[in-house]
Amino acid sequence: MIKQGSAVHLLKKLVQESPADQTEAILLTEDSSLTRFAGSAVHQHVAERNQTVVLRVILGKKIAVVTTNLFQPSSVRRSLQKAISLAKVQQPNDEFISLPGPRSIPEIGTFSKNIGRLTPHQKVSMIKSLLRRAKEKGCKASGAFSNGEVVLAVVNSLGVEAYQKFSDLFLHLIVENEKSSGYASFVARDPDQLDVDALAQEAIGKISKAEPIQIEPGEYEVILEPYAVNELLSFLGYLGFHALAVQEGRSFFSNRFGEKMVDEKVTIYDDGLDPEGLQVPFDFEGVPKKRVTFFERGVAKEVTYDSFTAGREGKNSTGHGLIAPNTSGPIPINLLMKGGESSLEEMIQSVRRGIYVTRFHYTNVVEPMKAVITGMTRDGTFLIEGGEMTRPIKNLRFTESILKALSQVSAISKNRKNCSEGTVYSRRFVTGAVVPAVKIDEFNFSGVSSL
Amino acid sequence: MKKLIENILGVAKLKKVPYADIRIVRRQNEEIEVKNGKVEALIHDEDFGFGIRVLFQGTWGFACSSKVTRKEMEAVLGRALKIAKASSKAKGKEILFPSASPVTDRYRTPISIDPFDVAPETKIGLLLKADEILRRNKQVKISETFLGSYKTEKTFASTEGSYIEQEIVECGAGIAATAIEGNEVQVRSYPNSFRGNFATRGYEWIERLALADRAERVAEEASQLLKAKPCPSKTTTLILDSSQLALQVHESVGHPIELDRILGTEASYAGTSFLEPGMAGHFKYGSEWVNIVADATYPGGLGTFGYDDEGIKAQRVPILSHGMLVNLLTSRETAHHLGRESNGTMRADGWNRIPLIRMTNINLEPGEWTLDQMIADTEEGLFLTTNRSWSIDDKRINFQFGTEIGWEIKNGKLGEIVKNPTYTGITPKFWNSCDAIANRDHWQMWGTPNCGKGEPGQVAHVGHGAAPARFRNVQVGVMK
Repeated sequence: MIKQGSAVHLLKKLVQESPADQTEAILLTEDSSLTRFAGSAVHQHVAERNQTVVLRVILGKKIAVVTTNLFQPSSVRRSLQKAISLAKVQQPNDEFISLPGPRSIPEIGTFSKNIGRLTPHQKVSMIKSLLRRAKEKGCKASGAFSNGEVVLAVVNSLGVEAYQKFSDLFLHLIVENEKSSGYASFVARDPDQLDVDALAQEAIGKISKAEPIQIEPGEYEVILEPYAVNELLSFLGYLGFHALAVQEGRSFFSNRFGEKMVDEKVTIYDDGLDPEGLQVPFDFEGVPKKRVTFFERGVAKEVTYDSFTAGREGKNSTGHGLIAPNTSGPIPINLLMKGGESSLEEMIQSVRRGIYVTRFHYTNVVEPMKAVITGMTRDGTFLIEGGEMTRPIKNLRFTESILKALSQVSAISKNRKNCSEGTVYSRRFVTGAVVPAVKIDEFNFSGVSSL
Repeated sequence: MKKLIENILGVAKLKKVPYADIRIVRRQNEEIEVKNGKVEALIHDEDFGFGIRVLFQGTWGFACSSKVTRKEMEAVLGRALKIAKASSKAKGKEILFPSASPVTDRYRTPISIDPFDVAPETKIGLLLKADEILRRNKQVKISETFLGSYKTEKTFASTEGSYIEQEIVECGAGIAATAIEGNEVQVRSYPNSFRGNFATRGYEWIERLALADRAERVAEEASQLLKAKPCPSKTTTLILDSSQLALQVHESVGHPIELDRILGTEASYAGTSFLEPGMAGHFKYGSEWVNIVADATYPGGLGTFGYDDEGIKAQRVPILSHGMLVNLLTSRETAHHLGRESNGTMRADGWNRIPLIRMTNINLEPGEWTLDQMIADTEEGLFLTTNRSWSIDDKRINFQFGTEIGWEIKNGKLGEIVKNPTYTGITPKFWNSCDAIANRDHWQMWGTPNCGKGEPGQVAHVGHGAAPARFRNVQVGVMK
């Protein structure tokens, strides 16, 4: 793992060599491993070492970005020259004001030395324990267990110098018998926090020997586990919680700040410094993370900014810049939802006839301004009757406005869970959301999965 | 490079590794994104590294690194072996990995103009021109244009003696207009949504797309959608254009036929499939009109290549023949479940990923109809075009799609525009309801550059050829 001095020295040298008016250099390194298991056996086990430099150069208001993982001095220099040559043929972007200047970055620990204990043998041994627990219950198990060490360093020509090393691990587990399946997942920076037995128990707890019944689509009371709530929140983050979506008029927040849009029990915010979440002290522009509250007691309040969107409005970045050039906007990556007063058991007991959802699958946007999304339930969907989970049901498709659903929240669990999908498609930078379970009085299921 | 490869495979043999392969991959991407008259992204991305896969002590091990040196290769081989050894403590059934005859070959995407030889300013100019036309329409509040160029140079070599070099060139482009009025947001795109259409072709492909020529119509349709009536909720006849049909094939045929999904190795992430290996040759997937092939050889397809990442030559294989499931997408390790040899679909997303079964070009073969005949023959229904959203369950049974735009069909004629069209169905029921497919004149290849699968996540570039087709008794308007 590259040390602070070496990382900053490498990036500073690049920035100093750059003839551009402003230059930013990001270093992102990864040393990771992922072990997959299915059908109660390990079938894939991979390890990766990589390091990437992202160079953003600005000539006047002309911006270009070059990324490389070639680290010989001549290669990095060639990349800088490439960036300059691209910037020269670029069109000026009048809305660009400046890269951010240096700000004090909070000192927080995001690396656990314990991560080194997760050797291939140790991980396989832990997976075997999971498989054994599943087998004892007559189930098969599948899942993935990944651990990584990541360095993020950002230097720019205005004096930003930020360095942080991260450790992370995530494990998700599906257990299944012939009738049903159950899910549990875990994410943390310290492997000592992982309780393999508890995780196995959580997933096995969703297994039923009863044949799942098919119920008619329609409006139902629902209890959504934190995994499902996380899915809803991440869509809100993507669709509307950031300044670019508002500036372009495509956010559900557009012209609605100060308005009560969802139930007053709902408070949702982003806070990279909250110790309950996967902490990240600064963003990919080296700007310290600021807490941003989207809904406070149901009222639309504020959105996240990076330096570009902040510059447009004469504001400061809130520390939500993603890797340049980010045309999707400063999407929040450390979401939290305030917990309530209820226990999950109390919430289930309060349902006369409804549906218990463990998680959603393959969700996608149907109508962005109303935050309508569709998706399927998966790995633990049950009918609740008279305050009890009575039997498993076949997976259902939902088509629902997240905003409408959050307007009908009648209970929120006291306990919250750190939920993460691990890394999705891109470079390793594990993030997660801290969310409770919620009870929603009316939630629309539009179809059922059955041949 | 060849010496490095020979050395590491020699070391693997000395260590008595039953099978090892190495892939050295260099990728170069250039992407340009214009939004509202400004070049918001001008990116050049270079990525280089190698990955070593071993079959050792009855299990797979894989390790990789971006440092391409002899010393690092030996360290990475050691890491892969250590991983395999650890995994062997929790291995399942014995892996049957049939040997393959060694191949020495070179493959290069046939192109006329290398997109990396075209100056960035030429590409920017092309995009700015289309963007300016989009913005002439005052209801268009967001104009977006995109152009991407991709080059992958990879060398595959194995302890079996194969040595295959490939250079695959891809490019694509597209435009999109977002019209906004109050809380109404509507998007139209050309030639396809989500950045456009992509192919294994040179820059000549970009020129043929003629983005600027289509910009005015795209903007006009986006603004028309603001005033359009909502898609009705009912069960009706549906005609899908070829671009939406491409995604329909992708989600409800392409993924379910991946044999690794069927065998459960994707269960923890992307899901499994409603199919079982024994259904090949016995399951009526669609109506007699439905013929689907997996064709990794189709010129220009985004899933076209010379060899897969296990050294198996690209092939064209029937998947659905007159609606009957006849084959699946397989690898060397899985094909024996069908009593066959691999049909060459193992591909990895770069040097740092292990190969998985991926779609190649999964093509719906053309039928006999013209689109006009199909519409004239439809008393009442909807014609939908250009995907806007997609969702399908983990076994690929229940799907729901949204498109950018739809037109009512009444008494054999296209009628009013409808906004926010959606439709939903059950995979085999839907494909068995197909009663007409348009002919070769309407058939087109579509590139899907964002097919996700695997952990760590992998993005594959795959292709789908399709012509418009008609489906009966489909539930549309799945909205609140």
